[in-house]
Amino acid sequence: MPEVKQAHEATETYFADFAKLERETSRQPEWLRSKRKLAMERFADLGFPTTKQEAWRFTNVAPLVRIAFKQADADANGAVREALNLALLSDVAARIVFVDGQWNPKLSALANLPKGVSVSSLAAALESGEQGELEGHLACYAEDADHAFTALNTAFIRDGALIRIADGIVLEKPIHVIFIRTEGARHTVTHPRALIVTGREAQAMVIESHCGPAGETYFTNAVTEIVVGENAAVGHVKLQEESDQAFYVATVQAHQARASRLHSHSVSLGAALARHDINSVMAGEGAECTLNGLYQVADNQHVDHHTRLDHAMPHCSSREYYRGVLDGKSSGVFNGAIIVRKDAQKTDAIQSNKNLLLSEEAVINTKPELQILADDVRCTHGATIGQLDPDALFYLRARGIGLESARHLLTRAFANDVIARIHFAPARERLEARLLARLSASWKPEEVL
Amino acid sequence: MLEIKNLHAQVAGKEILKGVDLKVSAGEVHAIMGPNGSGKSTLAQVLAGRDVYEVTEGEIFYQGKDLLAMAPEDRAREGIFLAFQYPMEIPGVSNMYFLKAALNNIRKAQGQPELDAMDFLALVREKMKLLGIDEALMSRAVNEGFSGGEKKRNEIFQMAVLEPKLAVLDETDSGLDIDALRVVADGVNALRSPTRAIIVVTHYQRLLNYIVPDFVHVLYDGRLVKSGDKNLALELEEKGYGWLEEQPQTV
Repeated sequence: MPEVKQAHEATETYFADFAKLERETSRQPEWLRSKRKLAMERFADLGFPTTKQEAWRFTNVAPLVRIAFKQADADANGAVREALNLALLSDVAARIVFVDGQWNPKLSALANLPKGVSVSSLAAALESGEQGELEGHLACYAEDADHAFTALNTAFIRDGALIRIADGIVLEKPIHVIFIRTEGARHTVTHPRALIVTGREAQAMVIESHCGPAGETYFTNAVTEIVVGENAAVGHVKLQEESDQAFYVATVQAHQARASRLHSHSVSLGAALARHDINSVMAGEGAECTLNGLYQVADNQHVDHHTRLDHAMPHCSSREYYRGVLDGKSSGVFNGAIIVRKDAQKTDAIQSNKNLLLSEEAVINTKPELQILADDVRCTHGATIGQLDPDALFYLRARGIGLESARHLLTRAFANDVIARIHFAPARERLEARLLARLSASWKPEEVL
Repeated sequence: MLEIKNLHAQVAGKEILKGVDLKVSAGEVHAIMGPNGSGKSTLAQVLAGRDVYEVTEGEIFYQGKDLLAMAPEDRAREGIFLAFQYPMEIPGVSNMYFLKAALNNIRKAQGQPELDAMDFLALVREKMKLLGIDEALMSRAVNEGFSGGEKKRNEIFQMAVLEPKLAVLDETDSGLDIDALRVVADGVNALRSPTRAIIVVTHYQRLLNYIVPDFVHVLYDGRLVKSGDKNLALELEEKGYGWLEEQPQTV
């Protein structure tokens, strides 16, 4: 059984690295050390998921488990500036950059933030005297009871982004968090962590970019926790543009107070294997949650979105709008869970997942998962899987637009429908350009468009 | 300009066109009339290159070229325009973007310089005025949420911008009220010229009060069974299509 042995050795690497990290993080507060230790035990109990588990039925992480990913060595990070330039967005309020998992103050831009807005490195905050507040939030929301990767991330908390918006503060421009990997990232793992805490009636948008050099095989295992204060409004945009050979597993867990609004966007373009868990608990009355998502994959890429909207209180509404474009031999998964708790009357939930298959070999598994325990609710869901509309293609061709261009135009229009929902022009423009470039890789642009 | 010889076409194994012959010269307006299911739309779609219709026999020459060997986009670039009976909605693609791409692909193929945004806008404004179209339409997605009449009007607007050599109107008059019909007819009449040809496919004689044809043909059961001048249309209006059944098949 060489494969089992291989996997076992690879798992052992995580334990060895955890022991090493334990020695290096002796200055971390005790509450965190014990949380991390418990999480590692949890990981040891759970082990990596297999396709026998329902939540991982269509996403096989065996190739990830086989490789002994070592903790990324932040000191080894090479030239990153050029790659970083590609990830930058104009017109942001602040930028915090992590290179191979570690905060890079030189590449970050944290000056001139308005009063009441704090963007910092988690490691730095943990060493300062502000731990009391952190203890009540960090690793308090993302559930690891049945999620080995979340447990693993928590076990390896060392650095990450810490964003705090005080009560009543309205931040007009977004905060950009960049987790970038370098050429030296081969066969290493990082566990990016982000904690976003917004106060009462605060308003902010956080854009989280995950990217790395093309062709490199590495593993990114991210967890983001978002606390949305009472009557606060938070936008969260995740741009996943990892290396085409990378493994990417990430959880976003939000916790929403009364009358709060969360707008989440997940754009997944990169990685050989990408798994996103995006969850929100609407823990206060009248909370609203919108989950938008776009995945565009080709070749042998695999992308999986598991979303979970927990309507825990009455009068909450959720809107979910995911679209996927799959080409080549790529595969995708969309699993949208909506839970309506017993007392969550007047829940209003709408879910939609539309998929465009550009090749005969591309595959998508899409499934709604509704658990409704209240009786006065509205929950609707719909999923479509289709090819480009031949009538629409003919209409464009009959006006002089060539077949390839027509296909291209309709595909972009399909995807842009999600991009248009991101309320920040520089992010939209960059994404449109990225999408154009990615779709153009298989396009013969002799046409005028 | 256009010569159709013994055209047979089928869809899903069912023969629709059973030997159509038609000659259209530059400067002429031909009306093709016929009852439901006679093959009018099939003929229009075959001319534009719709591949669900399989041509099993016959030939079509357009400006001396073998039309059936040309892709739909190449036919459009050579100056053929089909005004669709049921224009498609294209969500996410604005009218402006769509029409500019169409025009510049056609101009490029015809060796003319492409229009930049400014020149294009000027052209579009002029044509909009001609057809009484609201400028807000340009930023809307192609036909999305348009009423039937708005879609038809948009087809004629596209035709006015693209200035085809051969325009085929597939029941453009169906479902239009009289005001919209006039607008459509004015758009078509503005395009009449000695260098262009127009084929008007219609179910009703009404349109021909506004677009006066040089020739009227009756398509019945996949064949052109009768041809004449505009008076034939009036005769059809009066008698209906029933009397054709007793007629021997002649062209």
